[in-house]
Amino acid sequence: MSVSGDATVRVRHSQIELALHRLRDADGRPLLHLHGLGERSPVAVPDHLAAWPGPVWALDFTGHGVSGMPVGGGYFCELLMADVDAALAHLGAATLYGRGLGAYVALLTAGARPELVRGAILDDGPGLRGGGTEPTTPYVLPEPLDTPGPPDPYALFELSHDVRPADYATTYARQAATLSGLDVALAVSARVRPPWLAAVAAEPGVREVDRAGAVALFAVS
Amino acid sequence: MTVIEAVSYPGALAPDRTRSVVSHGIRLAVHEWGEMEAPPVALAHGGFDFARTFDVFAPMLAEAGWRVVAWDQRGHGDSERAALYSWEADLRDAVAVVDSVTRDPLPIVGHSKGGGITVQFAAALPHRVSHLVNLDGLPSRRSMPDVSDHERTKLMAGELGTWLDFRRSALGRSRKPGTIDELAERRGRMNPRLSREWLLYLVTVGGRKDPDGWRWKIDPALRMGGFGPWRAQWAMARLPGLSMPLLAVLGLQPEAMGSGTQPIDIEPNLPPGARVVGLEDTGHFVHIEQPRRVADLVLDFLGSPR
Repeated sequence: MSVSGDATVRVRHSQIELALHRLRDADGRPLLHLHGLGERSPVAVPDHLAAWPGPVWALDFTGHGVSGMPVGGGYFCELLMADVDAALAHLGAATLYGRGLGAYVALLTAGARPELVRGAILDDGPGLRGGGTEPTTPYVLPEPLDTPGPPDPYALFELSHDVRPADYATTYARQAATLSGLDVALAVSARVRPPWLAAVAAEPGVREVDRAGAVALFAVS
Repeated sequence: MTVIEAVSYPGALAPDRTRSVVSHGIRLAVHEWGEMEAPPVALAHGGFDFARTFDVFAPMLAEAGWRVVAWDQRGHGDSERAALYSWEADLRDAVAVVDSVTRDPLPIVGHSKGGGITVQFAAALPHRVSHLVNLDGLPSRRSMPDVSDHERTKLMAGELGTWLDFRRSALGRSRKPGTIDELAERRGRMNPRLSREWLLYLVTVGGRKDPDGWRWKIDPALRMGGFGPWRAQWAMARLPGLSMPLLAVLGLQPEAMGSGTQPIDIEPNLPPGARVVGLEDTGHFVHIEQPRRVADLVLDFLGSPR
């Protein structure tokens, strides 16, 4: 990995080079921003995260922003969880803030890396719902998607159809709650509640709180 | 010193033709047996397998008058490695290969994961599939371990952490080299009922010889994982609505790679006229273990190719 002049670090996730942007330098535990489906990292610290006392970073997922774009698709949310894990390998322990798709990926990462994720804030944004709790009628893309990206058109298609059963999501929430050692492992700020998120919000160790409250909650813990 | 590299096995035949199909930017190796003009049948191999595991089974179908078309899934066998792998991508690749053969409906045979993908193929594109043969590729809830929620949470957390550790180190990873015998012994742990000669042959077609030894060709970035949102009952739920004739062959001997599915698990979900055959003395890799028996079942099910 290397740091370029514009404070963007390149971290590798297998064959893909990911862009990890440093939005604000400071001492303390980093906050890592995860964008929604089709989005890219913000260029500056968003106003609603300005109260975070430590450094703020933002990750472009595979096929988004200035991260690498694979050939031929093959996206799934657990792969983006491994994108975040590649960023955590660089940052160390961090608090996650996820929008939409990024909120679901933040949940997965919090459950899979409970020792590295020091709280995750799940907020509204594109791709929050995914493909629902069960598979939809199967559909096969007939031709190569050669729409120019980013975002990668395969990511837009595949990550809007991924299945998110409520009890799958709560498994990650329980792992985060029981294995992180935090009193509150997850903060749900999203007003929209697809089934996976409604189930997560009802779990022990999960607090429903607005963005400002969520930032304050993990800033002091 | 002369080292014998080619291993023969009774009945095993290299493909009559090998060609490439580019699917969504990924080059796939397609292997064919039989006359080009004969009616086609497509074969889909299982996860972590490769098309040339059909080297005995496919010639039996070709001999009966079929053009047999198999392909290596992305990252498997002689196909190109991809940055990402997913079920949906494998399904798109299957359609691309079949598109390269015919736009008319054809019979499709799928083993294990290839069976699951071809069930989805048939459900998504019923006008493209004349007959569907599923070779031990219908996982059931029976295969899920019966453990408490708390235990499941810990098990899955461990599995996820291991998988993420693997992803962190996937770049530059290579498969463990060995002699043909050593690779055959490793494969034999998953195929405990195969003869040594058959296993040695499989190494020479599924592996390649590097300066430091033989390696399986499969992308070392691929790793078996036991998590994800997918549920066995979702595949089962696609069966009742299938419109084409269905033959399901189950290997009933319990094996690490198998699903443990019994006829009673799928019988309630069968579409009208479907056939289920359970092979009592056979493991998960039914067509590798019992090629003649499975070929006869398939040929009887498909009827005359003309």
